[in-house]
Amino acid sequence: MGAPARLMPLKTADTAHNEGPSAFAQAAELELRDVSKRYPGQREAAIGDLSLTVPAGEVCVLVGPSGSGKTTAMRLINRLIPLSDGDILIGGRSVLQREPRELRREIGYVIQQVGLFPHLTVGENIATVPRLLGWDKQRIAARVHELLALIGLDPEEMAARYPAQLSGGQRQRVGVARALAADPPLMLMDEPFGAIDPINRARLQDEFLALQQQVRKTIVFVTHDIDEAIKMGDRIAILREGGVLAQYDTPSEILTRPADEFVAQFVGADRALKRLSLTTLAELALLAPDGTDSAASAPADALRVPRETTVHDALSLLLSAGGEPLQVTDGDGRVVGLLTLAQVQQLLCDDRAPTTLKKAS
Amino acid sequence: MQTVGGPVIPDYAAHSSSCVVHNHAFCWGWVNENWGSVLWPALRQHVLLVAAAVAIGFAIALALALAAHRYRRIERPTIFVTTLLYTIPSLALFELLVAPVGANVISAEIALVSYTLLILFRNILTGLRSVPAEVLDSAEGMGMSRGQALWRVELPLALPAIIAGLRIAVVTIIALATIVYTIYDAGLGVPIHTALGEGPFKTELIAAGVLAIALALLADGLLVLAQRALTPWARAG
Repeated sequence: MGAPARLMPLKTADTAHNEGPSAFAQAAELELRDVSKRYPGQREAAIGDLSLTVPAGEVCVLVGPSGSGKTTAMRLINRLIPLSDGDILIGGRSVLQREPRELRREIGYVIQQVGLFPHLTVGENIATVPRLLGWDKQRIAARVHELLALIGLDPEEMAARYPAQLSGGQRQRVGVARALAADPPLMLMDEPFGAIDPINRARLQDEFLALQQQVRKTIVFVTHDIDEAIKMGDRIAILREGGVLAQYDTPSEILTRPADEFVAQFVGADRALKRLSLTTLAELALLAPDGTDSAASAPADALRVPRETTVHDALSLLLSAGGEPLQVTDGDGRVVGLLTLAQVQQLLCDDRAPTTLKKAS
Repeated sequence: MQTVGGPVIPDYAAHSSSCVVHNHAFCWGWVNENWGSVLWPALRQHVLLVAAAVAIGFAIALALALAAHRYRRIERPTIFVTTLLYTIPSLALFELLVAPVGANVISAEIALVSYTLLILFRNILTGLRSVPAEVLDSAEGMGMSRGQALWRVELPLALPAIIAGLRIAVVTIIALATIVYTIYDAGLGVPIHTALGEGPFKTELIAAGVLAIALALLADGLLVLAQRALTPWARAG
């Protein structure tokens, strides 16, 4: 991108046609109102009276066990599955009043298997929606170039490749770029990292969070993995069987105060530990490095950790260091403070889980 | 018999070369003398017969396959009918058509087309069905209409299977068209038939036969090249 566009998320959805290249200007509020989906011949609803609002520019993770209808709920939004009841509003506008194909061109769509077109080059894949919208060639070429740079692939080298010539992670990134091409105000992502090995998945998740910092889209993200939900979501909607909303809240609220037994079980017995992964050392009040404000002091050879480390990972290091304090360093490697087990305990005892800036990477 | 430049029966008495007179295995001289009057017209007719049959057969098979792709119940009856057509002995089919249609080019084309249908229908349908579900899902999810998905995604991805079907159909019909002569006086079957009726002289038989084989190899090769040009992605990765 040229000038990094830090633009105000719009409350209302413009049509994507109006946005030029270099723009990631749009995000729209998404509202599900008493949404139901029943299939003929089935007694139980697939989705029952689901209501939730995703503020513009936030990531809402739909999570739940299989059969909870999370993918169905997502596919109702771009009308790949027709609604039985209720309404869905994007930027205040009902999707029911929209022509489905036109609606879908304004909603980014990423699926687990990516679904890149194998017969088209990476550049042509990314150009799919702009072509459907009738953009001129120059504008499309500029946009493709910009998006490839955004996802960290060399435009000159990668645009002409075919999907079969990419790694799984690269394909997934191209899938995201393709979904972003027409600057949609809303993105739907169905287990986008589900088919990636754990190491690359963590990297792609981090990359995606960094990307989201730039583009600030409203995102509906489906996963069955609660850890991924906690990591990716500004808000998490936990669905139970029958598409019933069990809890819709921020990750820390869900971990601190699960609404019921189902949620508590779903997030796991280790939810206190999970909460620690929401906080980085930078957000803690650390002890002074010279040991002046406490009895704690660290030997010169104490473990050093960067302050971007999560408290969860730091706790693990503390335990393996036999409880010796850790030295926390800043970006230049200077020691800015000490971390002891006592502080981690203090954080856990804190009933109010810290609101976090976990998105910063 | 349709002849362009005089009788194709070698005139032993008048202007025969010694090769022809002594009936060597193959006489280039005869080929040179009769290329313009016998072999070239037969080859040209052969190419036209085959091209028309494959083009018409492809159009019909494509329409049927697209219909069967959308409405599954069409598949079985289509397979049944085209298989039936495919299994009718070719000589019998040619003769069967003479009574209602006549001993003409239309009968010949009906017979040839009917032999392309099974191969082409099956391959086109297989190609369309081989398109991965997630590719179609993302096409639909990004806002393509059915027609756009068909033309921009499904048919291009079905191309390798379609061209594979075309290769089989073309080679089959090139061979089969050599018996069109039984009802219609055209194609490489004409000089082959003439030669077979002429006793020991083999040059005409060999020349026409080799032309039929060469034509099949050439057509197949051209289709392979077409596939390479049209589906560069299939070799990527």
